[in-house]
Parts: sequence; structure tokens; C-alpha cells
Amino acid sequence: MTDRKVVIPGEVIFEGDDYLPGEGTEKRGKEIVAVRFGLAEESKNLVKVIPLSGVYIPRRGNVVIGKVENVTFNGWVIDINTAEGAFLSLMEVPRYVNKDELREVMDIGDMVVAKIYSINKRGIDLTVKLKGLGKLEAGLIISINSNKVPRVIGREGSMISLIKDETNCRITVGQNGLIWISGNKVEDELFAKKAILYVTENSSSSGLTDEMKKWFEENKEKKK
Amino acid sequence: MTAKKSENFERPDGRKPNELRKITAKVGIVPNADGSAMFGFGDTIAIAAVYGPKKMHPQHAQDPERGTLRCNYNMLSFSVTERIRPGPSRRSTEISKITEWALKPIVMIDDFAGNVVDVHINILQANASTRCAGINAAAMALAHAGIPMKNLVTSVSIGKLDKNLVVDLIKEEEDWEEGEGATDIPITLTGDGKISHIQLDGKITKKQLIEAVELAKEAGKEIYAAQKKALKEAGEDKK
Repeated sequence: MTDRKVVIPGEVIFEGDDYLPGEGTEKRGKEIVAVRFGLAEESKNLVKVIPLSGVYIPRRGNVVIGKVENVTFNGWVIDINTAEGAFLSLMEVPRYVNKDELREVMDIGDMVVAKIYSINKRGIDLTVKLKGLGKLEAGLIISINSNKVPRVIGREGSMISLIKDETNCRITVGQNGLIWISGNKVEDELFAKKAILYVTENSSSSGLTDEMKKWFEENKEKKK
Repeated sequence: MTAKKSENFERPDGRKPNELRKITAKVGIVPNADGSAMFGFGDTIAIAAVYGPKKMHPQHAQDPERGTLRCNYNMLSFSVTERIRPGPSRRSTEISKITEWALKPIVMIDDFAGNVVDVHINILQANASTRCAGINAAAMALAHAGIPMKNLVTSVSIGKLDKNLVVDLIKEEEDWEEGEGATDIPITLTGDGKISHIQLDGKITKKQLIEAVELAKEAGKEIYAAQKKALKEAGEDKK
């Protein structure tokens, strides 16, 4: 089975002991059964289901964009569009912050790019200790369906680097569906937004990166 | 005692006793919802929209051990010939609860502690079997919303008209008055043939009840096929 097929909950994907059940699947006796609606994919000897719809499910290592919801005595509560609240601890900021001056670093309503470094029973913990993470100063933030994020990024980042090159914008895609665009001119930012929305609308077609190249050629003229 | 079946029994709409009405099933009809579906038996049409998992509010209703499933069944005022008063009623509250119980055995939301999955079922058009159409739509919508589930459920109403067992009742049959009258038995089965909900108002022999369940199992296969087809189609579109 090289082709990925659509599975529904309760559907048997494989029979026998050749495969291990991965995410979105369950082992019942000898059968590997899907417990989620999505695309069944096998890699090595693991079978998993890639979700096609539904809310964003946070994963460790995801880069997300969120909004500061509250400031506490030792960190910030960030809203990243999940049911569980996310917390950015003071310890996870790469510079020294005086405990009385938390609001000066990030205040309620500020947008921040952060990485999920742990998920536990109490909630989600974020960090901004890596390159490219931190508070967002200027630019445009758009929201897309989180299931379309892999399409916007493309295979090994092919799609997003194409958009970046064509529009001269800096773009950060959060796995939770929020995208930050920053360019020198507002026109560039709006053009990048248009391009990303075009990708999400046509996410089902194959050879999308090539199609986007064409789209850029056609639309660049109009823009000028 | 074997119940005697009337010799020349005919259903008002000319269907065979084990014949369902035309099934309509579609997934992804409410763009703003996390998952949605429509399911119809002939004139009976139900739409279901699923939101969540999301934080449960009010906070005192949160369950710190497992996720909560919350269903809401609503009949729209124009769904029946005589306008019904909009808003919750004794009947709709009961059906909401019944739907919740019918779906609970299949949804795997134990990991979503403190969260809630909301299922809103609206009946656009009613001609009996609305709770069954609602449950079928809800099962599809839950799958579409990416909620982990053991299986789908299929729901169908079995009726006993006088002494004859029929599948998928219509309003005219619900109001059957000849002989022993009508008995309505909505049954919900999981994909592997277990009963997750059964209701019964009226009289029926044990033997006939077993027969009714068998009939539901048969009809369930047809409904399951329709649900599966609709979900697969929605999946292919997004591939």
C-alpha cells in the first residue's frame, strides 16, 4: 500500500503482526483499527492516521503563534487556540527579566512565537529560548485552518520559501494555524496573504508548488 | 406464542417491511464547525455540528478525570406541518440525553480532561425517526471533527404495526390505530453490532423484540454503508 487511503473510525487498516499501531490507531486482537477519521499512512513498520479535519492538537516541538492572555508573577498565559491553556515561564525567556517588569517584556494582547517544549497534565509549556522565537513587533497575522498548515509549508518547506522569495516577506507559520507576515511594504504583506489564502483554498490539488509558481507569474503583473 | 402477521398487510407508502426510506448523507456542511454532517431518512433531515474539544464552561461543570460529551437536540419550528414552539421542551431535553448516552460508548474522550465536545443536532424537516437521523448525523459529525472513536453508530427505528414488524417508521405509521396499534422501538447499534441504545413504548413479545433487533442489524448495515461513503467522499476531496 503506497497510496494513502481515507479511513473512518472502526475501520480495519491492517491485519496481522507486521505493523505497529501508531497515532490515531489501536490494536484490537490481530487487527490494527483506525480510531480517527483521516488518511492512513505507513512508515517503516508503523501505521498512523493523519487527521484531515478537526481542532488543532498540540504536539511537543511545534512552533505556534499565540496571544498573551494574562501575566502572572512568574510568566505569561498564552492563548494558542487550544482547549488547554499554554504557559510561558519566566525561566524560558533568553534574558534576565526582573520579576516586577514582566509586563514590560510582554503585556496582555501581545503576539508571540513560541515552541511547545512539554505537554503534561497541567497544561502546555512554551519556550522562546531558540532562534526566531519571541515577541512579534510589527507585521500582519492571518489565521487559517490548522489542517492546511502542512500544505502552506510544502514538502521540506518548498511552498513557504517560494512565497517568501516572491513577496520579499518574512513569514512564520504557526502549527496552530496562525501565520505572521512581515515585509517592508504593506502591499507585499497583503500579497503574501493573498498567496497563502490561495494555497489553502486549492490545498486539494496536486503539484501545488508548480501551480503557485504560475500563480505568482500571473499575479505579479496585476500588482504593479 | 408466535405473533400472527396480518395476511395482506401493506405499508402506507408501499415500502417492503424491511425497506428503509431513501438515505441522504453528507459530511462537512457547516463550515464554521469543527465537524458537521447531514443525515436524512426520506423527508426526515437532521444536521449535526460538532465543536471542540474545548474548555468546559462553566468551570464547575468540568470533569477533571475525563472529557465530557454534551449533546443538544433541537427541532426547528418549521420542521413539522403545525409550527412547534421553538426552544427546549421536555421532549427535546430527553432526546438530547438519549443521544448522549447512545454516543458515549464509542467516543474516546478520556484524555480530554476538563474539556467538552459539543454536539448540536437540528431537525430541519421531520417525518418520524428524527432521533435516529440525529444520532446517525452526530456519529458522522464526530468522526469528521477528528474525535477519537471506537466505531460509528447506526440508529434506526423499528415499528410494530398491529403485529407486523417494519423498519424506519413514518409519521403515518407512528399513528397506526388498527389492531394492537403502533409500537415504536428506536435502536442504536455500534459498528460491531452491539446495542448502545434501545427505547420502547408499547407492547411487544420477547420473541418479536429479538426479531426487531435482528431487523435493526440488517438495516444498520445499509446505514453504515451510507455513512462510510459520505465520510470517504469528504476525505477524498481534502486529500
